[in-house]
Amino acid sequence: MTNSVIAEAPPAGADVPVAARNPRVRWILLAIGLVAALALPWFIYPPVAMDIVALALFAIALDILLGFTGLLSFGHAAFWGSSAYVTGLIATHYGVPFPVAVAGGAVFAMILALPIGYVSVRRSGIYFAMVTLAFAQMVYFIGYQWSDLTGGENGLQGVPRSFFGIELIETESFYFYYAALPILLFGMWAAWRIVHSPFGRVLVSIRDNAPRARALGYETDRYKALAFVLSAGLTGLAGGVFAINHGFVALTELHWTTSGDVVLMTVLGGIGTLWGGIVGAFLTVMLADYLASSGFSGIDLITGSVFILVVLLFRRGIWGTVRQQWDVRRRRVAARRALRSYSSPDRSSRRTTSGEGTGR
Amino acid sequence: MSAVLQYAVQGLAAGSFYALAALGLAVIFGVLGVVNFAHGAFYMLGAVATAVLLDTLDLTLWWSLLVVPVLMFGFGVVVERLLVQWLLQLDPLYNLLLTFGLTLVLVELVKQRYGVSGLPYQLPGGLQGRLDVAGVVLPRYQLFVLLFSVAVCVLVWLMMTRTRIGMIVRAATEKPELARALGINVGRWVTPVFGFGVALAGLAGVLAAPFRAITADMGNNFAIILFAVVVIGGLGSIVGAVVAGFLVGLVEAFGQAYAPTFAQILIFVLMALVIVVRPAGLFGRQEATT
Repeated sequence: MTNSVIAEAPPAGADVPVAARNPRVRWILLAIGLVAALALPWFIYPPVAMDIVALALFAIALDILLGFTGLLSFGHAAFWGSSAYVTGLIATHYGVPFPVAVAGGAVFAMILALPIGYVSVRRSGIYFAMVTLAFAQMVYFIGYQWSDLTGGENGLQGVPRSFFGIELIETESFYFYYAALPILLFGMWAAWRIVHSPFGRVLVSIRDNAPRARALGYETDRYKALAFVLSAGLTGLAGGVFAINHGFVALTELHWTTSGDVVLMTVLGGIGTLWGGIVGAFLTVMLADYLASSGFSGIDLITGSVFILVVLLFRRGIWGTVRQQWDVRRRRVAARRALRSYSSPDRSSRRTTSGEGTGR
Repeated sequence: MSAVLQYAVQGLAAGSFYALAALGLAVIFGVLGVVNFAHGAFYMLGAVATAVLLDTLDLTLWWSLLVVPVLMFGFGVVVERLLVQWLLQLDPLYNLLLTFGLTLVLVELVKQRYGVSGLPYQLPGGLQGRLDVAGVVLPRYQLFVLLFSVAVCVLVWLMMTRTRIGMIVRAATEKPELARALGINVGRWVTPVFGFGVALAGLAGVLAAPFRAITADMGNNFAIILFAVVVIGGLGSIVGAVVAGFLVGLVEAFGQAYAPTFAQILIFVLMALVIVVRPAGLFGRQEATT
C-alpha cells in the first residue's frame, strides 16, 4: 500500500528536479522565471498579474504537502482565507504597512494549522483529504457566522494598501505589484529551501515509504504536522497579498471550491514539481480572466471538465510532462556518450558521468 | 420533554438522509476504493429529478421514490463505465479529484438549466400536516422519512446478510483482499455497486425534496458532512456509516435547537474528537495506518 500520489512517476524522478542535477539549467530557469515575474505587469493588467503570482505561491505551498509528503490537503482554503481576513483586518484597523499585515495573516494561518494539522496527520491518504476538507468547512462556517468581524456574506470591504507612506503604491496597482512581489518570491524561495533540505528529504521518504521512514527513527507524524504548518504559513503569505491586492476579502476565499481550484492548479502544472504550480496558476487565472471577459458564465463547467480530463489523460501535468521528456532525452544522450567512450577505450579517461547518481 | 422528543425525531429524520447516502458512500468506497466526492451532487440530482418529474409528468413522491433511484442507478453505471473505471488501479486520490471535477460540472449544468433559485415542490396529500402522538406534535412527513429510511436500511441490511450477492458485497467492502483470495470475483461487482451507491444518494435526495430547498448547491455542504459521517463511522464499515449518519443528524438537530450558530460546526468538532480518540472511526477496524 503506497501512499505516494505520484503513482506513475519514477520514484526518483519526482523529487529531484532536473535542475538539481544540472546547475546550469537551474540558473537559466531561475533567470527566466525572474524576468517573467518582473515583466508580467507590463503585459497583463497588474492586479491580474498579482493574482497569478499569489496563486502560484498558493499552489507551490500545497505541493509541499501533495507532491513531497504525499498528503492531499483538500482544505487549504482555510489558511488562504483566514490569512486574507486577518491581513485585511490588521490593515484596516491598525493602518500598518501592508507587509506587516501580511506577515500577521501568515502567522495566524500557521497558528490555525497547528490543531488542524495535529488531528489530520493521524490519518493519511484519502482520509487526510476528507478530514482537511471537513475542517476547512468548519472554518468557513465560523467566517460565515462571525459576521461582525468578517462581514459575513458581504465580505470585508475597503482594505487599505499602505506602504510606509509611499502614495504611488497605495494608488497604483502597477507599483503595488513590485512592492508585493518580494514577499511572494520569498515564499517561493522558502518552499524550494524546505523541499531541498534534509527535512524535505525526510518528507519525500515518508511519501515513498512511511513505515520505513518510521523504522529509521523519524517521527513521521511530527514531520507531517510541521510540513502542514509550514505549507499553511506560505499559503497565508499568498492569501494576505491576495487580500491587499483586491482591497476586499470575500467569503469565497474560505470556500471549498477555493481548495479545489488550487489542487487543480497544482495537478495541472504537475505534482511534485514546484515550477508546475506557477504554470498551473498562470493558465488557470488567464483562462478564468478570458472567460469572464467574454461573458461566459459557467466557469465551473470548464474548471470541472479540465479537472476530469487532466486526471484521466494527463496526470503528470504540464511541467511534469516536459521534465519527463527532458529526462528521457538526457538519458538517451548519456547512453550514447557512454557507448561511444566504451567502444574507444583511449577516451574512457575523459568520460563524463552525467546521468549517473540519479538513484535509478 | 416533548421538545426533546421533537428534536430527536427531527434529528433522526435529517439523519436518515445522511445514513442512506453514507451507506452508499461506504459501499462504493469498500468495493471500489473510491471516495466519491460527487455523492452530494448525486443527492442533489435526486432531489432535482423529483421536482422535475412532478412538474412534467405529474409523478408524485410515491412514484419518485421508485423511479428516481432506478434512474440514478443507470446514471451511476454510466459514470462508472465512462470515467471512474479508468482510475481504479491508481491511488484513490485520483478518483477523489475526478469526482470533484464531476461535481463542479454537474452543479454548473443544473444551474445553467434550472437557475440558482429553488425549484418548487408540493407534498402529496397523505403526508402533509402534523401528527399528535402522546402529546407531542410531529410533522407527518418527518415521521414518514424516518420510518421509510429505517425500512430501507433494514432492507439493505437483510440483503447484505441474507443473500449471496449481499454477502459478496459485504466481503468485498470489509475485506477485499480476503474476498479475492477466496475466489470471489470482486471486479465483477464494481459497476453495479457503484450504481447502487449512487441510487442510495439519489433516494436520499428524493426524501429531501419536500423539505429542503431544491437548488443546484444543495449537495455541496451535504457531501462534506457525509465525509465527516463516514470518518466518524469508520470508512470501511457499513453499520458505522448508518449509525454515524443518524448520530450526526441528531447533533445537527439539537445544535440547531440550542446553539443555532454552532450547529454546523459541532458536527466537525465531533469528527475531530472521534479522530483523536479512535482514528479508525467508531466502527472501523484499527489498522496500521501510516
